[in-house]
Amino acid sequence: MLRRHVASVRTKKTLLILLASGAFTATATAQQPRYLPAEVDAGGRVYTSTCTGCHGPDGDGVAGIDFSQGKFRRAASDDDLVRIIVRGIPGTPMAPTGMSEGQAATVAAYLRSMTAAAGASASGDAVRGKSLVESKGQCLTCHTIGTSGGHAGPALSDIGLQRRSVDLMQSLVNPGGEVRPENRSVRVVMKDGKIVTGRFLNQDTFTIQLIDSTDRLLSIDKSSTRESSLLTTSAMPSYRDKLSAQELADAVAYLSSLKGRPQ
Amino acid sequence: MKSRRALAVLATVVVSGIVASAQVTFDRLLRSASEPDNWLSYSGGTMSQRYSPLTQVTPANVKNLELKWIYQVQSLEKFEATPLVVDGVMYTVSAPNDVIALDAASGRVFWTYSYAPSPLARLCCGRVNRGVAIAGHTIFMGTIDGHLIALDAKSGGLVWNIAVGGARAETGYGFTMAPLVIKDKVIVGSVGGEFGVRGFLSAIDAKTGKEAWRFNTVPGPGEKGHDTWAGDSWKQGGGPLWVTGSYDPELNLTYWGIGNPGPDWNGDRRAGDNLYTESVVALDADTGALKWHFQFTPHDEFDYDSVQVPVLADITFGGRPRKVMMWANRNGYMYVLDRTSGEFLLGKPFVKTNWTSGLDAKGRPMNVKQVMPEGTLIYPGNQGGTNWYSPSFSPRTGLFYIPSWMDTYSTYIKRPVDYVEGQRFTGALPVMSVRMLQPGPLVNRRLPEEGYGAIQAFDPKTGERKWAFNMSDMTESGVLSTASDLVFAGGRDGYFFALDAKTGSLLWKASVGGAVSAGPMTYAVGGKQHVAVSAGNALLVYGLR
Repeated sequence: MLRRHVASVRTKKTLLILLASGAFTATATAQQPRYLPAEVDAGGRVYTSTCTGCHGPDGDGVAGIDFSQGKFRRAASDDDLVRIIVRGIPGTPMAPTGMSEGQAATVAAYLRSMTAAAGASASGDAVRGKSLVESKGQCLTCHTIGTSGGHAGPALSDIGLQRRSVDLMQSLVNPGGEVRPENRSVRVVMKDGKIVTGRFLNQDTFTIQLIDSTDRLLSIDKSSTRESSLLTTSAMPSYRDKLSAQELADAVAYLSSLKGRPQ
Repeated sequence: MKSRRALAVLATVVVSGIVASAQVTFDRLLRSASEPDNWLSYSGGTMSQRYSPLTQVTPANVKNLELKWIYQVQSLEKFEATPLVVDGVMYTVSAPNDVIALDAASGRVFWTYSYAPSPLARLCCGRVNRGVAIAGHTIFMGTIDGHLIALDAKSGGLVWNIAVGGARAETGYGFTMAPLVIKDKVIVGSVGGEFGVRGFLSAIDAKTGKEAWRFNTVPGPGEKGHDTWAGDSWKQGGGPLWVTGSYDPELNLTYWGIGNPGPDWNGDRRAGDNLYTESVVALDADTGALKWHFQFTPHDEFDYDSVQVPVLADITFGGRPRKVMMWANRNGYMYVLDRTSGEFLLGKPFVKTNWTSGLDAKGRPMNVKQVMPEGTLIYPGNQGGTNWYSPSFSPRTGLFYIPSWMDTYSTYIKRPVDYVEGQRFTGALPVMSVRMLQPGPLVNRRLPEEGYGAIQAFDPKTGERKWAFNMSDMTESGVLSTASDLVFAGGRDGYFFALDAKTGSLLWKASVGGAVSAGPMTYAVGGKQHVAVSAGNALLVYGLR
């Protein structure tokens, strides 16, 4: 929970709609507790920041364990999961995380949700995908891989550690479906009428930090602005009709292979 | 000539030494407003207004404040202490429990007292401490493992160290508040609301270390209020305390805010109002006998701890002079009570709320929402509209200043919970819209509708908001007001600033490089007013250039 930044307004509204319609579905077996989308979301943030280094975004990074297939070595129940997450497993690389039980419970919620979300990955060719990403897809216009590319979108050098292949596919075909807080844009109107737009990096009470369309890092004093607004829509085009199904699978295979190693 | 000059210097030093060794009698604590150069207790006086009569720093010259000195603590825990200043000597605490005495003019260290708390101590939300108290020549500190320690104010030497009865660290008890001195007693209350403790307030004899009286915040069999707990639920009923109370010498009453019932987020096992959780209690300062109580949030399931500093003032209310208590509660409502009787005078939301449809004529919330297994979205969020951060009242402006968390929400989820001694006893952690505990400043990419911080000023006579100073992130800062109509506060995004107390206009700001998670205070030394605040892992002291 603590690592989770915010529930987006979109998530909140969705939650309310789901609450109103009673549309929650169990994400675990009958004897497991039911989890709310908000808990899964919170747990996903913690999982990405804490667990993917060993377990991978798809949950299959450790031999004999595959969260997306519901394969656990030692955990029979969610209580077991929470205990293992908090205390670790002595004598193994699974170290204690120091999380509170409440926080660990959200990770358990996310692990259970991974089973439900799995199964969408078509087989792709990472070599072909690399070529697509760098040429036809024009991805480097806005994204960096290694030292190449632009900064309007998030860096992709270790995206394979951050996002599951199912999430990457979703981002390619429906990029506006979920814009995370870290991927927001900002539009600033200066007092002289000049408009500055760019990738939103940070803000405080008196200043805004961004990287503008010419790759300059700017820190703007709010007292020199007329107004500013954060954009929650995505500037990324959908590749649903731009790439074939096989090409999409190839691109996802390549992106999933990006794990922060030199290219 | 030379030796005569040396003698004069020596005489000055000796005189300073005499001043520095003056006892802090209880009379001095009661009349602290008459010696504004000093800051003798956590909230600057027993009325807890966090208001200073000092006027050297003004709205006109506050822009000339500059950093005079910094003291970096060794601890990486949150630095939540408000320092005391006594005749040129400053006392503060490096978390969890190291006391430091410094020269208030230069920041040079006179002594440190290091205490290693038991490794069994368990705190819900950080191994923190909010400051010390002084009486006579003795400094008092509560520890996170349930001890009260008395130190010689001049040397830092130990006078005594007692394990407060029943405060077993391994089961969740401990002390994080600055104690309150009343007459010959030192009063502290225990934390542990997330571990199923049964909270208490203990008055300890300052000389002997023996307990003079105790008030159980969860009444046992035969005690008034016991029938507000189903079955044996009172045994793990919670009711913790972690900020300093107040004292009215005319009424001889001491006032304390009490925290959540256990378990926090599932009230099914504790049917009833669960007194005196989420209440303010007024106790006879000599005996600990309960004079009255007012419960803000009966049968709470939202963790709306009523652990705030009770702010006392004598104002005209409803056309007549009244002894009131102002209370900005974590539940998002601002209250004005008559502190003689506990009578409810006024209650209005100061942030967005939806957990209740409003308060009835006696101040009790109506139509309170239930926590459901499928989740309940509640405003304000789990951290509340405010929290332990000290508010302030200025007798000059007549305004009540509240550090506020605006537009926050949480999704509460009811899940079963069992008590295991020493383990967390809470229920499912709510999913929050903003981070609960944050060292900061960290990257903030929130939209305004996802929550922001503010210092708000309210007229306690009407509940009307007079102004608000908004911040892009939340604030854990206390508020200080001064007789020159300045308000000082900070925020989690790493600024410390001065506002016009009448209008809220920004007059000065400093980038302090760390979240402000403490109450600012002011003092004078060598005839010069200083303003001090803890931020990040440092104590920063400002003065006019």
